[in-house]
Amino acid sequence: MKRIGVFICHCGINIAGTVDIEKLTSQIKEYPNVVHVENYKYMCSSPGQQLINQQIMDKNLDAVVVAACSPSLHENTFRTSVQRVEMNPYNCEIANIREQCSWVHDDKQIATDKAAKIIKSMVEKTVLDEPLMPITVPVNRKALVIGGGVAGMQAALNIANNGYEVILVERESSIGGHMAMLSETFPTLDCSQCILTPKMVEVDQHPNITLITYSEVVEVSGFVGNFKVKIKQKAKYVDWEKCNGCGDCITECPINTPSEFEQQLGERHAIYRPFPQAVPNKVIVDMDECIQCMVCQVFCPTDAIDFNQKDSIVEQEVGAIVLATGYQLYSLKNLPEYGGGEIEDVIDGLAFERLLSASGPTQGVVKRPSDGKIPQDVVFIQCAGSRDPENHMPYCSRICCMYTAKHAMLYKHRVHQGRAYIFYMDIRSGGKDYEEFVQRVMEEERVVYLRGKVSRLYEEDGKVVVCGTDTLTRRNVEIKADLVVTATPIRPIEDIDQLSKLFKISINQNGFLTEAHPKLRPVESLTSGIYLAGCAQAPRDIPDTVAQASGAASMVCALFSSDQLYHDPIIAGVDEDLCSGCGICVGVCPYSARTLNREKGIVEVNEVLCEACGACSAACPSGAAQQRNFTDIQLKNMVKAILG
Amino acid sequence: MNNKLTLENIQQFDLDEFQEISGENIFACYQCGNCSAGCPAADFMDLAPHEVIRLLQLGQIDEVVKTNTVWICAACVTCRVRCPKGVDLSKIMEAVRQIVLRKKNNYVDLNKIESELREKLPQIALVGNFRKFTL
Amino acid sequence: MEISYYPGCTLKTSAKNYEKTGLALLPIFDISPVEIKDWVCCGATYSLTSDNLMYQLAPIRTLIRAKESGNPRLLTLCDMCYNTLKRAALFIENDEEKREKIKNFMDEEETDYRGDEVEVVHLLTLLNEIGSQKISEKLVKSPLDLKIATYYGCMLLRPKEIQADSAENPQLMENIFQGMGVEVVEYPFRTECCGSYQIVNRREIILDRTKKIISSAVKNNADLMVLSCPLCDYNLEATQKELIEQDSNFKPLPVLYFSQLLALILGIDPEINDWSLHNIDPTPVLKRKGLL
Repeated sequence: MKRIGVFICHCGINIAGTVDIEKLTSQIKEYPNVVHVENYKYMCSSPGQQLINQQIMDKNLDAVVVAACSPSLHENTFRTSVQRVEMNPYNCEIANIREQCSWVHDDKQIATDKAAKIIKSMVEKTVLDEPLMPITVPVNRKALVIGGGVAGMQAALNIANNGYEVILVERESSIGGHMAMLSETFPTLDCSQCILTPKMVEVDQHPNITLITYSEVVEVSGFVGNFKVKIKQKAKYVDWEKCNGCGDCITECPINTPSEFEQQLGERHAIYRPFPQAVPNKVIVDMDECIQCMVCQVFCPTDAIDFNQKDSIVEQEVGAIVLATGYQLYSLKNLPEYGGGEIEDVIDGLAFERLLSASGPTQGVVKRPSDGKIPQDVVFIQCAGSRDPENHMPYCSRICCMYTAKHAMLYKHRVHQGRAYIFYMDIRSGGKDYEEFVQRVMEEERVVYLRGKVSRLYEEDGKVVVCGTDTLTRRNVEIKADLVVTATPIRPIEDIDQLSKLFKISINQNGFLTEAHPKLRPVESLTSGIYLAGCAQAPRDIPDTVAQASGAASMVCALFSSDQLYHDPIIAGVDEDLCSGCGICVGVCPYSARTLNREKGIVEVNEVLCEACGACSAACPSGAAQQRNFTDIQLKNMVKAILG
Repeated sequence: MNNKLTLENIQQFDLDEFQEISGENIFACYQCGNCSAGCPAADFMDLAPHEVIRLLQLGQIDEVVKTNTVWICAACVTCRVRCPKGVDLSKIMEAVRQIVLRKKNNYVDLNKIESELREKLPQIALVGNFRKFTL
Repeated sequence: MEISYYPGCTLKTSAKNYEKTGLALLPIFDISPVEIKDWVCCGATYSLTSDNLMYQLAPIRTLIRAKESGNPRLLTLCDMCYNTLKRAALFIENDEEKREKIKNFMDEEETDYRGDEVEVVHLLTLLNEIGSQKISEKLVKSPLDLKIATYYGCMLLRPKEIQADSAENPQLMENIFQGMGVEVVEYPFRTECCGSYQIVNRREIILDRTKKIISSAVKNNADLMVLSCPLCDYNLEATQKELIEQDSNFKPLPVLYFSQLLALILGIDPEINDWSLHNIDPTPVLKRKGLL
C-alpha cells in the first residue's frame, strides 16, 4: 500500500474563507492510502514547503497531494521542493481546491464537500502514479535564422556573438530588408543605410555566421534541438565563388527594367545587385529580363557568368529556428477608391522613402513619378487601408503615424516653399521621444494636420484631387495635390500561409505569426524551438524589432546553454501488446509525434514531440495509447472518487 | 455655445428603438469622417453626415431633427461602400426620417408640387420621393 | 432563349426609348424577353428600415410573378427596379423571421417565395455575359471617332451586396462599347449620385450635380453621355436647359440610354427612337458621327 500524505492550504482566506478546513482535514484522514493529513495557512511559503518535506521523512511517505491553487501556478514549486528529500517529483500531485472550488462557490457546505471529492480523486490518481524521469534529448547548438532584414540580422549577430553557429537564409540576393530602403529613421533622423550597413558588414564577416542569400527554406522536419532543413539556392547564373562584385557586367548590360528595390521608381539592369551596398556584394541575372546577349560574359574579368547554373538544394541540421520573414505593404491595387494603383502620382510610403533617399532614384530630390516635377502640394493619407475591418485590414499598422510625420518633415526640409497636408484619424505616437517628434512637425514645420479620412482620389488636369474632410471644423476639404503618399497597411509576406504550413506554426486571422503567449511568451512560437522576430509577428518599428530579435536570440542561447534538453516525461506511449496498428492515433496527433511502423504493425512514438494532449489516448480503440500517470484506470478511479 | 452636454441629456433617447428601426449599431462609428468627405450632397447639408452619427451616439436626436441633413440625403450609399466600419449611414438617415414621419409629419406634400413638373417627372422620381418623405 | 422581363413603370412612360431599344437588342442574340404578368411597381427606392415590412411587399410580389412564370431569370432595364428587387430578395433570403411575416401579409398569394429562386439580372449584365466579342461581331454601323462618357450613378453599383459591377471602377458599359470603335473618355464622376428623387423638391441639388457631372464629361471631350437609369437620365438631361439659361458658359451634352447608342451601331432602325423625348437633341452629333 502506498503511503500518501495530504497537505491542505488555506491560501489565507482564499480557500479557508469558503472551505471548512478542519472539517475537510478530518474527512480526508479516513480515506484509504492516506496516512497523514495536515493544513497550513500558506503551503507555498518556505515553512509550508519545509513542513511537507519534514512529514515525508517523518512519516515515510511515498507520495504527497497538495490541495491548493491551480497546478499551473505552484505544481513546479512543490515538485521541485519534494526532490530535496529524495521524492520523485511525479509522486507529488496538486488538487486544485481554489480556482475550481473555493473561488466559484459561496456555500461553505457545498464547497467543503466538493473540496473533499477533488482531493480524494487526486489521491486515487496518486495511488497509481509511477515515478518518472525526464526524457533527455541532445541539442544541436546551431541556429537557423530566416530573413535577412534588421530583425534577422540582429538575431543572427546576437546568437553568433554568444559563440554559436548561425545560418542566415535570405530570399533576396542581399541582406538588409526594408530598412535598407528607408531614407532617415524617426524620431532621430539618422540615415537608415548609414546605421544599417555596418551591421550588414558585421553579419557578412562574422566567423560564426554562414550567409545563404537568394535562397529559401523548402522543407523542415525534426523537433526542438534537432531540426533538419532543406534550403533551395535559386540559380543566380553567376558563380559567386568567382564574382568579385566589380560591377563591370552591370554597366554593360543593355537591358533596363524597373527596380524592385527602388519601388519601380528607378531602373536596374537584367544583371544586377539590388543596391550598391549589397551584402554579399555579388550580382545575379534576372532570367525573365535577360536576352542572353552574353555581353556580361564578355566583360566579366573573372569569368563568373554561368548560364547553366541550376537551382540547388543544401541540407542543414540545426537546433533552433528564428523566423524573421518581415513584411510587405498592402498594394494600392486593393484601394480602388484611391485610384487602384493607376494614378502615377499616388504612391505608398516605401516609394516615398526612395524619393527621399540620398541614394534613391532621384538622389534625394523629391520629384513626382509622372513628370519629374518637384511637387508643391503633397498630401499624406494615414490609415489608407488600416483600421478598416469592412474593406481592408482591421488592425493599426503602428508605424504609419510616425513615418508620415517624418515624411512631411523631410519633404519640408527638401522643398522649403512646399506645402504638406496630413489626413489622420488619430495620432498614435507611443514610443520614446515619438510624441515630441510629432509635435515638432506640427509646430515648427507647419504641416497641416487634417482630422479625417480621405474618401476618394482622382486625377484631373495633371493633379490628384483629394476629397477629404476635417471633422474638427466639420468642413470638407478638396485639395488639388501634386503628389499623394498613402500609408498603406503592413502585411505579412505574400506566402505566409506556405511558411506557416512548412514550420507548423499558426498565423492569426491577418496572417501574422502567432506567439506562444501574447504577454509572457512573445518571442516563442507554440512549436518549441521556433522563435519569432520582427514584422512577421506583428507590425512594429525598428527599435521594437531589434529588441524582439534580441529577445528571440536570447531564447535560442538559453536553449543552447546545455547540450541536453529535458522533456516532460508525461507522454503518451504505446503498449505494443495491445496496439493493432490501426493508425487512428497517427491522424489525430497534432504534433506528428506518432508514426505507423508497417513492418511491426504497431505505432511508434517520438517522445520528444509528444506534448501530452491526450488526443491519441482518447482515440485509441484498444487502449494501447496510454498517457503516463493519466492511464485509463487512473482516470476511472478518479471519476469514481468524484461521483462517490 | 448652446446645448451643453450634461449627464441629464447624454443618451436620453431610446437607442434600442433606433437600432431596431435602422438595423445599425451607431457605436461602431469611430468618426473618421469618410462619409462626409465622399458625400455628393454634403454642401447642402446643415450637419455633415458624420455629425449626425456623433449626435446620435450622444443621444441628441432632437439636434439632428432640427437640421435638413436627413432630408438632403438621397440614399446613394456612397458612404456605406467606403465606410471602414461597415456602418450603413443611409439606414441611419432613414431611421431618423421614419421617426419624424411616424409622428405624422410628412416632409413633402404632393399637392404643393406644381402640376407641370409633376407631369414631366418620371414615376420613379415621384414614387421614390414619397417613399422617403411621406408615410 | 426566353427570359422573364420586368419593365417597371417608367419604361412604359418617360423612358420609352430605353425599353424599345433595349428590347430590340435582344433578338440579335437570340434572346426573347417575356414580360411577366400582373407586375406591380417595385417602389422605386428600397426601404431602408428593418422594422417596416410593408414596403417589401410590392417587389416580392413581382418576384413571385417571375417565379410563377417558370423562367427564374428576371431581366430589368431600370437601375432603380434592379436595386429594389435585388435588395428585397436579399432581405428576406437572409431573415427567416421577416420572411414568415411577409408571407402572412400576402394571403392572396399562392406561391411561396424564399428569396433566392429568382435571379434578377440587369440588361448590362446580360450583354456582358454575351460578351463584347459576340456583340462586336454584329456591328453594322461603325461610328466615326465617337467619344462617349459613361455614367453609372448609384443603383447598379451600391450597396456591395447587390452590385452589378465594382462600385469604384465599373466596366459594364466600357466592355460593351470599347469593342465597337467607340472611345470611352475618362472623367471622375461616373459613379457619383445625380441627386435622385431630390428632383421633386430640391431641384437645386440636381442642378448642382448635373453641372458638375456634365461639365466634367464635356471637358474630357465626350460627344455624348450614355447611361442606364431613367431617373439619372431625367436629372442629367432635362435640367441642362435650366443650366444653359443660368450660365452662358455651360456647355450641354446629349444624354442617351446606352441601348439607344448600341442599337444604332448594331443597325436597328433609328425610327424606333422618339427623339422628341430628348431635351438636348442628340441627332446632330449622331449624324456627325455617321450613326444617323
